[in-house]
Amino acid sequence: MTVGLIAMQLFSGLALGAILIMVALGLSIIFGMLGIVNFAHGALFMVGAYAGLYVASLTGSFWWGLLLAPLLIGAFGMLIERFLIRPLYGRSPDDPLLLTFGLGYVLVEAVRILFGTEGIPFSTPAELRGVVNLGFGVFPIYRLFVVGVVVAVLVLLWVGLEKTKFGLIVRAGAADPTIMRVLGVDIDRLWLVIFGIGVAITALGGVLAAPMRNINPEMGTLVLAEAFVVTVIGGMGSLGGAVVAGLLVGVAISMTSLFAPEMATIVMFALMAVILLVRPNGLYGRALPGQ
Amino acid sequence: MTRKTGLSAGRGVTRRTALAGIAGGIGTLAMPWVARAQNDTIRIGFPTPLTGPFAAEANDQVRSAQLAVKQFNDKGGIAGRQIELLVRDDKLNAGEAATRTLELIEKDKVHAVVGALSAAVQLAVNEVTRARKVLYVSISQSDSINEAKDGSRYTFHEALNPHMTTQVVAKHTFKQGAKVAHLVADYAYGHEMLRGFKRAGEEIGVETVAEVLHPFGAAEYSTFIPTILASGADVLCISNFGRDQANSIQQAVDFGVKEQMQIVVPVLLHNQRIAVEPDVFEGVVGGANYWWGLEESVPSAKTFNDAFRAMYDGALPTDYGAYGYTGVASLLMAMEAAGGTDTEAVVDALEALKYDIAKGEQRYRQCDHQSVQSVLVLKSKGAGDMKDEADLFEVVANEPASEEVLRSCAELGYTG
Repeated sequence: MTVGLIAMQLFSGLALGAILIMVALGLSIIFGMLGIVNFAHGALFMVGAYAGLYVASLTGSFWWGLLLAPLLIGAFGMLIERFLIRPLYGRSPDDPLLLTFGLGYVLVEAVRILFGTEGIPFSTPAELRGVVNLGFGVFPIYRLFVVGVVVAVLVLLWVGLEKTKFGLIVRAGAADPTIMRVLGVDIDRLWLVIFGIGVAITALGGVLAAPMRNINPEMGTLVLAEAFVVTVIGGMGSLGGAVVAGLLVGVAISMTSLFAPEMATIVMFALMAVILLVRPNGLYGRALPGQ
Repeated sequence: MTRKTGLSAGRGVTRRTALAGIAGGIGTLAMPWVARAQNDTIRIGFPTPLTGPFAAEANDQVRSAQLAVKQFNDKGGIAGRQIELLVRDDKLNAGEAATRTLELIEKDKVHAVVGALSAAVQLAVNEVTRARKVLYVSISQSDSINEAKDGSRYTFHEALNPHMTTQVVAKHTFKQGAKVAHLVADYAYGHEMLRGFKRAGEEIGVETVAEVLHPFGAAEYSTFIPTILASGADVLCISNFGRDQANSIQQAVDFGVKEQMQIVVPVLLHNQRIAVEPDVFEGVVGGANYWWGLEESVPSAKTFNDAFRAMYDGALPTDYGAYGYTGVASLLMAMEAAGGTDTEAVVDALEALKYDIAKGEQRYRQCDHQSVQSVLVLKSKGAGDMKDEADLFEVVANEPASEEVLRSCAELGYTG
């Protein structure tokens, strides 16, 4: 085992971490701001990938798919919020959880009926094929591109939330919706937009994953588990926590792959269990009311 | 569009079966003679993973199995009895498969079971069937089911097994002194393929330089690839199945593995090849039980393809799909020879059967009930070499049926 191999493994882990952040972001935003545990997250990720494929095959360009699929599915997410989730606000948190759980099944079955149960090819765009030499090993250009997109999305989110008036309202709305309503802020519309953004980011993750993992109706199943692990480790609702947790899980998987590869999937759950024992609210999670 | 046919074909049976059940129930009340006709049908249970990572292969098996059933029904059934295929989704889960199989036997009163599509799940099905002395024809790869501890008088294995597959594939891909790395799915199928490749490799004289086990059903392979690239191997054997095959090859190719080593798979899957772009699989070599292109040299393959095309709008049968046909058809031929469904008589007929229905002469070996059959070695074509979109593979070798590539009956634990 050489230093080069370990460096390469570490780098693969960080790159995988970026993908995991992308996978978890939508779940984390929707929980953090709206308090909704979105069990349809994995299915929306998968639907995003199919939408990307559909747009890409219509237009003949990956780039249109990457741009339009998140917008389309984001709009679809807003419909879900407006007509399915909004009537459940103020009721037990289990209600939206059960609703999205069922919605996930509906979406998977709908895709199976529309596109079939088999995998569908999704090629890497020609501009992003091939590998680059990093000095300690080679790495696919496309994966580096994905890391770049994730960084860009994170920067946009941070600026949007921390530096704009909209962000201020969002944060205040998450902290105390009643007061905001009294102050005359249209909370309903705000939540509609946030849910849409969360779903759009999830769909973007699906399109980005497609050239690496190809597309099939069950691709969201593992994603849902990964997203929950990252969100729970980071602390439910903490964006910064999701970033740290994503990288941590990525590196943990990668290092385990080097020494005990068959444990690579288990390790993230083990890590989650250990962190929850030490920090029951995750790394950066706020204590929930009543704790 | 052919994909959808696979899905609806699989589901349709379940619905039809349910309807038939209701009709049968009403019949018992109103029209006793209808109910009697119902009881006369020959029922074949068919548990298979219609959903999940092996769904593509499973749906193809159902379609081919239905072709076999249709052919026998069209010529008047067996001893005047119609045949019915009862398809159940085992969800690629051993517990689910055992439950469904038990239901098929106890509730649906099937006369035999064919199916399961996993080296691990088929053993669960076999546990249920052999304990009840119900005939089971397994149609997916397993070495274990050949062995005396798992086999039985009622257990038949129509598929290739990992030992024979890896013997033949290694013969055509390993060269003396070569360095071989392995990426292996961490369950029965992967372990048996790895064992087979290593045994064949020892005889040929290759050096194993890396062995990476990956979790079954993994979506990410990026973290396994640095070890493989660093091993300096000439050949990378990827022993996994279904979507794992497409995903792992896709990601290995993304990392430039093909520039450094030859990718070899025990079984080159038609459905996984078409789930990715041609350039991803280009040059990958692997074994197969069947490939439609065999019709150029094997008359029975042509007959099988034509029947399949006629039933499914010109679609072509796949490798694992063909198992559904050869598995069910060989069973029905034996039932025909035995003149009915008496299990002991059908077992004797299967042991005596010689059949050539898709890929040349086949027969079940006496001791382990393994189907002795030809093994294909295929190479995946690049987009430039493909005449049309069905022209996926070139035949590197077609090893004729022979017991030479099987483990001996003594080694499997059969005495006398």
